[in-house]
Amino acid sequence: MILRKGIQVIDQGDELGFWGGKFGGNFVPETLKKPIEDLEILFNKLKKDKKFIAERDKYFKNWIGVPTRFIKLKNLTKHVGGAQIWSKVVSDANGGAHKIYNATVHCLLAKRSGKKIICGDTGAGYAGKMLSMAAKKFGLKCKIFMGAKDIERQQPNVRAMKKNGAEVIPVYSGSQTLVDAVSECMRFWVANCDTTAMCVGSTVGPAVFVRICGWSTSQISRELKVQLIEEFGSIPKKLKLYNCVGGGSSSFGFWNEFMDYDKKQCEFIGVEAGGPTKSKRHAAPLTHGSKIGILHGAAQYVNQNSDGQIEETESISAGLDYPGISPLHCFLKDTKRARYTAASDEEALKAYKLVTKYEKLRPSLEPSHAFSVAIREAKKMSKNTIVVVNSCGDAYKDKKILINRLGRKYA
Amino acid sequence: MLNQIDLAFKKAKEENRPALLTYTVAGDSSKSQSLVILNTISKYADILELGIPHNTPVADGSQIQTSAYRAIKNGIKIEDIFWIVKKYKKNKNSKPIILMGYYNMIFQYGEKKFLEKCKRVGVNGLIIVDLPWPENKSFTKKCIKKSIYLIQLLSPTTSKERLNKIIKDSHPMNYFISMLSTTGGKLKVSPKKIMSNYFKIKKINPKKNVVIGFGITEKSIKSLKKADGLVVGSAICKEISVSIQKRQNPVTNVANLVKKLKNKIL
Repeated sequence: MILRKGIQVIDQGDELGFWGGKFGGNFVPETLKKPIEDLEILFNKLKKDKKFIAERDKYFKNWIGVPTRFIKLKNLTKHVGGAQIWSKVVSDANGGAHKIYNATVHCLLAKRSGKKIICGDTGAGYAGKMLSMAAKKFGLKCKIFMGAKDIERQQPNVRAMKKNGAEVIPVYSGSQTLVDAVSECMRFWVANCDTTAMCVGSTVGPAVFVRICGWSTSQISRELKVQLIEEFGSIPKKLKLYNCVGGGSSSFGFWNEFMDYDKKQCEFIGVEAGGPTKSKRHAAPLTHGSKIGILHGAAQYVNQNSDGQIEETESISAGLDYPGISPLHCFLKDTKRARYTAASDEEALKAYKLVTKYEKLRPSLEPSHAFSVAIREAKKMSKNTIVVVNSCGDAYKDKKILINRLGRKYA
Repeated sequence: MLNQIDLAFKKAKEENRPALLTYTVAGDSSKSQSLVILNTISKYADILELGIPHNTPVADGSQIQTSAYRAIKNGIKIEDIFWIVKKYKKNKNSKPIILMGYYNMIFQYGEKKFLEKCKRVGVNGLIIVDLPWPENKSFTKKCIKKSIYLIQLLSPTTSKERLNKIIKDSHPMNYFISMLSTTGGKLKVSPKKIMSNYFKIKKINPKKNVVIGFGITEKSIKSLKKADGLVVGSAICKEISVSIQKRQNPVTNVANLVKKLKNKIL
């Protein structure tokens, strides 16, 4: 399996949409073949269209508010001792997380295709919140599918969605989390694909959705590259990019522009959700060596039993609580371009406490997983190593969980 | 040698009616009851579709989902499904069996091993909801080598060009999805429109049998009787759920429903 240089990873799939010959594809019901093909044609055309790119950049700049900050975490660095710890504060983006990039692009595509309604899935509620914001901005009707368990634990984002005029549809099937929300959203699209556009909330789903999302979040690494050069004069000799991985949209976007650098110079570290220390359940298919299987239209490493039933996951972080993982990350794992590990619920909470104690930064539980591993590893690194953690979400949405687990002082 | 599926269509044509296809989920509500249901409805149905329950079914509506979750909760495994088919096929009045499911289950079992097992227990056809053409090309060939039909799904969104290509590569039976919907949706298109779409497909290769499914109930079945075959699934799954709720015998209730469905198309 080869990762090619000089060609965008999202464009390295074969004609059936498989990366490395086996990850991704389009395992979809016949009814969706046509709408997916239409979307592919539209996206392939528009991603080369200068006018469309200018339009995207205009909204990214004026509405999302790019670039987001790139800051040194001086106190944390001093406390940890070792590598310099920096953060790309993607949660600065309008709405408070990276999900806004993909949502904006999907709404722009929906407008171009003449669709009046857009539907989407959400776990932590960020994808849903951002889609509801973008839909409102572009005058589209919006339907968000969300697991009943996630609705309960991510109330601030649910309120935001409703405020933006979106209809939030609770999903009661299965584990009542993200995996079921994505299934239900796909079902809705099967029944309404003639009038409705679908936005998959991460770099998962049928191949074209993986590509659109990766293309959208790559904004993060485009900015970071410029910011690194501004700060250091060139790309640092030892750069480590830490990012949490659920579906994999923020991490892919955080790494994309650095793909062609040697991994000795730019190392990518993906941190999956290891779940509670005492539980056997997790949301870390790459770390735990899960077998390849098919979930939501794509072949990927996925938590499943020997029969092929998808297994329930467990994580404190709703945004990472997904049994599968983007085909792009499966590809980056097998080509050894990225390294994957996991942090437990407890480790993420500990990292959250540490970061908020030393810095004016409140990473949500998702990036707290990445901080946990970055802090652990930075200790052993030299001072000229630049560790960057993508703080891709804000902890506002986690208030209830933080109060429960750490007490009021931390929420 | 004709596949049993062809014989079933032939028989229905001789009786000047569409073939009646039923869909139940294997193991709903238990392994043994599922078998009893198959044996009982064989008297009225021509072809039996048996669903392989999967816990992330992206094309199924709530009725079939409920049945599938119930079967999984009751511990049904893929080997149990083969056991059901094997036992059922020992019934001398048995009808052709089509297993219907999602690709991951087959992928995990191994395509080759799965087909060998199907052949051994007497499966006549397969429908794999999320393995469309052209992704299913190589699997289609493997199926026919074991004399098992891979039934292609055709949808109202399938383009003319694509229809031609799919039908050209298809086995003698295809499945037309009546409307844009998951299984068990309310019929939102007029039967007239469905039949007009159906005949367009039929014209491409009149020799191949095409059945219609999705949203067919006791109410609508009569209006679609010009098709080669009609599939009723969610309505039957619902009958099982309701029977369990009311503490009635699902076997008797399902048998009565299938009998009624049959009477509507005679």
